[in-house]
Amino acid sequence: MAMAEQERTFFEYLVYISENHSPLDFMLVADHIDKFFFGALLTLEITILSLLIGGVMAVPLAIARAYRTPWFNGPIWGFTYFFRGTPLLVQTYLVYYGLAQFDVVRESFLWGPILSNAWWCALITFSLNTAGYTTEFLRGAIENTPKGEIEAARACGMSQARMIWRIVLPSAFRRALPAYSNEVIFMLHSSVVLSTITLQDILGVGRWLNGRYYLAYEGFVTAMVFYMVLVFFISTGFRLWEKRWLGHLRPRDTADA
Amino acid sequence: MIKKKLTALGLAGMLALASGIATAGDPLRVGVEGAYPPFSWKEADGSLKGFDIDFAMEVCKRLNRECVLVEQEWDGMIPALLARKFDTIIASMSITEERKKKIDFTIKYYNTPAKLVSKANPGFEGTADGLNGKRLGVQRATTHQCSAEKLYPGAELVLYGTQEEVWQDLASGRLDAQLSDSLQAYEGFLALDAGKGFDFLGDAIDDIECQGVGAGFAVRKQDSALRDALSQIILDIRADGTYKAMNDAYFAVDIYGG
Repeated sequence: MAMAEQERTFFEYLVYISENHSPLDFMLVADHIDKFFFGALLTLEITILSLLIGGVMAVPLAIARAYRTPWFNGPIWGFTYFFRGTPLLVQTYLVYYGLAQFDVVRESFLWGPILSNAWWCALITFSLNTAGYTTEFLRGAIENTPKGEIEAARACGMSQARMIWRIVLPSAFRRALPAYSNEVIFMLHSSVVLSTITLQDILGVGRWLNGRYYLAYEGFVTAMVFYMVLVFFISTGFRLWEKRWLGHLRPRDTADA
Repeated sequence: MIKKKLTALGLAGMLALASGIATAGDPLRVGVEGAYPPFSWKEADGSLKGFDIDFAMEVCKRLNRECVLVEQEWDGMIPALLARKFDTIIASMSITEERKKKIDFTIKYYNTPAKLVSKANPGFEGTADGLNGKRLGVQRATTHQCSAEKLYPGAELVLYGTQEEVWQDLASGRLDAQLSDSLQAYEGFLALDAGKGFDFLGDAIDDIECQGVGAGFAVRKQDSALRDALSQIILDIRADGTYKAMNDAYFAVDIYGG
């Protein structure tokens, strides 16, 4: 017995400790860590793409809302109310399982390439969802443009369109930035919904691992660490961005002067 | 008023904790799933029905204890048992070596084989080669997830939280095939309108390592007295004809198995 103990390699020793004495079987996690990295790629892919699409959609929608454009204001309000007023999980289920119930949808040209595919269902729902939120806080930022800036733009003889493009939007983006960093982190957290429609995102891989080896928390703890690292990068990135864009709002650094 | 009630509840809770081990008069908390017809499903009014539920009720009656059914999502079933959310699992859980590392089982109460299901005449075989590159659905944390990964390594495995979701996606054409219990597949899908045009693909799979030796009730490892009592009740139910009555209410064949 003592001999056998000595002949054990360091790796076998680690496996033994991990399986028998560690509260968390870290060697099992290490064995499947590549799957978690692929899961992280999928999480980031969907989160980033939907933020891009939703963000691009939100700009014209927010302008139409802020200026109470006739015909558009009402429907856009309805759109944002629906997507902000219902849980993302329910919206995703509705698109993924709900639409599939209708023969019309299953026989349409959209079914094969897009709606039969969980990835596309998620991208569509997530994009619309984040577009709803972004529209509303961007609208708020546009409405809060200081009067002086608008009067200055008018005094310079700018047309309405030019004023929006050159003065109102850049200034609204700056003011919306802190709220947007929250939206990005919320989107990352909401992306766990992916695992409920068969996609292997970070949580999906965690649940796969738990399911495969009948574990309680190894998969969840690993997924948590992955999300925490991602949020760390996102919030650091936004802090640097805010420093650049909102530099004029900070008190002057007296040590430099 | 409410505060008083809460205090009373809190005291009762503490007393229950202090007394520790459950005695014969305490209710038996049974973990069930509720999304696996005809073994367990949920009626529109929220009540639970099915073979597993009937079995649980019969067991409680014979133990002379009240039954408290605790609904639990499948992939959290074993962790919830270990966390003492309930005392036993009666939810068609197969007795396998992998699970026995964590929990203990009674003797089996039924045993039915697992089979693949696909469109009738799908144009591929139910083999490792045939399923290569095909989308194969299974419910997460089941014996079928284990078998699917082992027997069809080339298939694209698609994981679901419940078996009902697997059927939905097989019917809508998102899956090429799925692997599950053959009896549940027949009663819960193939015999229904939704399952028209679908059929079993190949024979029962042969994989005792993943599939185990039938379904049993699960208990925590230290609860061997409860385990033995439950095993004895299964034998009694089988012997005195109660089993046949419960079986025949749902199935045309005897599901006890060999």
